[in-house]
Parts: sequence; structure tokens; C-alpha cells
Amino acid sequence: MATQNGAAGGAAGAQSPMEQFEIKTLLDLELFGLNASFTNSSLFMVIAVALILGFLTFAMSSKSLVPGRMQSLAELSYEFIANMVRDNIGTAGMKYMPFVFSLFIFVLVLNLLGMFAIPAVWKPFTVTSHIIVTFALAALVFAVVLVIGFTNHGLGFFRLFVPEGVPIAILPLIVFIEFVSFLIRPFSLSVRLFANMLAGHTMLKVFAGFVVSLGVAGVIPFAVMIGLTAFEILVAVLQAFIFAILTCIYLNDAINLHDH
Amino acid sequence: MEADAAKLIGAGLACAGMIGAGIGVGSIFGNFLNGAMRNPSAADAMFARVLVGAAFAEALGLFALVVALLILFLF
Repeated sequence: MATQNGAAGGAAGAQSPMEQFEIKTLLDLELFGLNASFTNSSLFMVIAVALILGFLTFAMSSKSLVPGRMQSLAELSYEFIANMVRDNIGTAGMKYMPFVFSLFIFVLVLNLLGMFAIPAVWKPFTVTSHIIVTFALAALVFAVVLVIGFTNHGLGFFRLFVPEGVPIAILPLIVFIEFVSFLIRPFSLSVRLFANMLAGHTMLKVFAGFVVSLGVAGVIPFAVMIGLTAFEILVAVLQAFIFAILTCIYLNDAINLHDH
Repeated sequence: MEADAAKLIGAGLACAGMIGAGIGVGSIFGNFLNGAMRNPSAADAMFARVLVGAAFAEALGLFALVVALLILFLF
């Protein structure tokens, strides 16, 4: 890996496009023989949580009947997730709405934090570009789905793998496919978010390298960069939305079993 | 052939799996626009499902990217 980074860095000039994903230890910490250091990744998670808490508390502090600008933004995000949960799960799912809302807004803010930089002052770090973070979130969703499914339906939860109206002859094959596609969910959920963030930010850095290395002709990649940055912000919001809506769909499986 | 060169070629070949994801996502949005042109009033309600379908199609292409990254950095 070191040689790879070295080679890529040599070709691109000063920095490798992968350098932005490096984890730096800010505070050495060891708990029970495990490395629990406070890193830049942890720092950005703390910033994200502080931003979310600060924004929601500040926006809702006036609690006026006719919402102001900030309050309507907070209400809009709440309504957005509430409608998503209601459409996908039904009213039975409304008690899991805080879970989906927390996931959505956490992923959204982490994605967006990686997009904003102030030259020489503030270097962004995208926490969701690390598979361990997204996998932890996806594994949490998977565990919640399992717990809800088994507490609501007991062993009847296994009916999820048996679709209705399938001929007996191909039923074993269908059950096997359903089972595998159920097990692969945490991986596809985490890899989707991680790979989108990783690929997008790498692409931005590669294009930014073109701007510098092309000299005067660099205005052409620079113009493309503006569009790409806008596209990346769209992707950041879209991936948070997809993470939330897939969580809703998986929760729906656990609560209502299949209604297809 | 040098092992390093073979590794780079292999990673490039692994990315070919994204062709399928491109076809899939293109077909989803193409068909969505096709339907939306015929019945624009129903388009908004379907857009969330389009995005979910696109996400499923895209995830399979991203697995190809993961394979490419594994080849590059793990071997």
C-alpha cells in the first residue's frame, strides 16, 4: 500500500488523491489493550453530533406556531423522514422514526462535512468514506431488524424467506436466494455509502490535480470541477436519503413481514 | 509479465463490472422518463422508488470497484 501511494503521489505531483482519507491520531488512548485513540474521524463525528444537536435545539427554541426560517428547516427535515416512514412501513412504524431520523441526519451531516473546505485553515475529512464506519451503521440496522423481527413474529420471522404463490418445485431455490440476499444486506448497505463517498472524493482530487498540472489550460478542468462539486453535494444528500429509505424498507420487512 | 503490471491490469479489468451497473441505472432512469412523459402527474410519487432501484443497481457496480480496490491494495 505504501508503494502504491508513493507511485500515485509521484505521478500526480505533490499529493496522492488517497491522502485525504488518512486517519490521524489526535489523542493517544488505550482502553483494555485496544487502540481507542481520538482521531480526526472521531473529531468529525463529534462535530457532526454537535452541529445536529445545536441546529435542532436552536431552530426549535422559539416553538412559534408560524415557523421562522430555521424552524421550518427543522420541521421540514422531520416531516420528510416522518412521511418516508409512514409511506414505507405504515403507522406501526412511527415508533422507529427517531431511529431512522437519527441515521439519516447523522449520515447527511457527515457526508456534507466532507464537502466543505477553507483553504489552509480547514481540511475536511469524510468519515463515511471509511468502510468500518458505514459497516458499523449498517450492522446496527441489520441487528435492529433481526431483534424487531424475532420479537414481533418469533420463529414466524423465517416466513420472510418464503414468498407466497411460488411453485413447490423451485421453492428451495427461491428460499436460498432470499436468504442470501437477506444476509448480504449489511454489506450492500455499507459498501454503497462507502464506495460512493470514496470514489467521489477521489475523483474530485484527481480533477483538482489536472487544474494545477495543466497550467493556463487548467480553466477547462476547473469549470468541470464546479459541476463535479455540485454533483458531489447531490450525491452526499442522495446517499443519506437512500440509506434512510433502505432502512425503512428493511424495517418494513421485520414489522409487516412481506406484503408482496 | 511483472506481478505489479498484472495487478494493475487485473484491477482495470475488474472495473469492467461497472458496465452492467451503468446499463442498469441508465435503463431505470430511461424507463422512468419514458413513463413520466406519458403520465407526468404520477411521476413525483414514483421518484423515490426510482432512486431505490437505481441504488440497488448501482451497488452491484460498486462491488466491482471494491474488487478493484482489493486487488490494488491487498495483494
